[in-house]
Amino acid sequence: MSKFIGRKKKGMTAVSTASLPDIVFMLLFFFMVTTVMREQELLVEINKPEASEIQKLEKKALVDYVNIGKPYDTRLGTEPVIQLDDALADVKDIQLWIDANREKRSESDKPQITTSFKVDGKVKMKIVTDVKQELRKAQALKINYSANERERTAKK
Amino acid sequence: MARRELQEINAGSMADIAFLLLIFFLVTTTMDQDKGIMRQLPPIEDVPEDPPIVKKKNVYEVLVNANDDLLVEGEEMKIKNLRDGAIEFLTNSGVFNDEIPEESLTERVWVRRSEVAAALAQVKAEIAADPSSASDRKGRLETLESKMDAIEFFGEYKELTDAAVISLQNDHGTSYNMYLQVQNELASAIGELRDELTLKAMNKRYMELDDKIDVERKLLKAVRAIYPQRISEAEPKQIG
Repeated sequence: MSKFIGRKKKGMTAVSTASLPDIVFMLLFFFMVTTVMREQELLVEINKPEASEIQKLEKKALVDYVNIGKPYDTRLGTEPVIQLDDALADVKDIQLWIDANREKRSESDKPQITTSFKVDGKVKMKIVTDVKQELRKAQALKINYSANERERTAKK
Repeated sequence: MARRELQEINAGSMADIAFLLLIFFLVTTTMDQDKGIMRQLPPIEDVPEDPPIVKKKNVYEVLVNANDDLLVEGEEMKIKNLRDGAIEFLTNSGVFNDEIPEESLTERVWVRRSEVAAALAQVKAEIAADPSSASDRKGRLETLESKMDAIEFFGEYKELTDAAVISLQNDHGTSYNMYLQVQNELASAIGELRDELTLKAMNKRYMELDDKIDVERKLLKAVRAIYPQRISEAEPKQIG
């Protein structure tokens, strides 16, 4: 048993931390690559409904968001309002907003611009329908109803 | 000046700097992928004077009222039954087989290989004769090609008539959640039928097919030809 005695005497060697920066850098690069800067602060409360037939939005740079929900600012009441970019807006502003967004994109990307609806599940359809009508008038016909993922309802 | 030996830079704080950056990106990052139900809005057109008469059996009518109740084909229905109802509407007259023609069933018309081949040859000849018209005939050519692909994959089938449609109408007071559930159930009816075909042909679900691969794109188009996504939304109005 004498071969074990020698090992005991050595004592604990400190774990080398030399590779710690490498590990941290690896994580850092991961987050740098996957990150998308938060574009807008939400001013309205949105609990998205759940759906199963959903697709990923392909090009994030070509998506404009229409947020509809109850305003966080209680002074504005409890009726749902529309948020475009960073500000609350009215249904009448949508056409101008769409035109402005079109100007920002290059000519070849224009047909691919998608308008994504982020709408609270409890909102009544009136306001959504109005927005949709405005989008049709503005010829922005590609839309997406944002939803959280769930399983398909079981077949009987 | 006295020469000094080059000193190594102490890299001990490297980890701290990296941590700082890491934390910055951790905070600003949003992991949530935006996903949702894709839809194409119909363009605004002048309403035709007398809209074409559509047979009632070719329309699957779905109404949602302000209390989030469903009225499907004139009868109340629970949302959980909607998908099976829509599947029934799309397949009740048989897609690949001859079912006894019954008056009340959705109309489907046979797509025959010889007819499609003849039409395809004709369009190609027209394009060859007049290359400048190629762009006008592109849509028709593509439709015929996907029909041909569908026959190659699954054999001759019956297609829905142009008039056949799932019609969805909601009230101003319907909740957005209910509206989306209805949209979702109708889409999942079509998704289910498409999955059935793609699983049979390639053992992949419809959503898993990649349109960058030639064979899979063909299959996608073929399946779309057999089960087109025809959900039409009525112009909004107050239905109470």
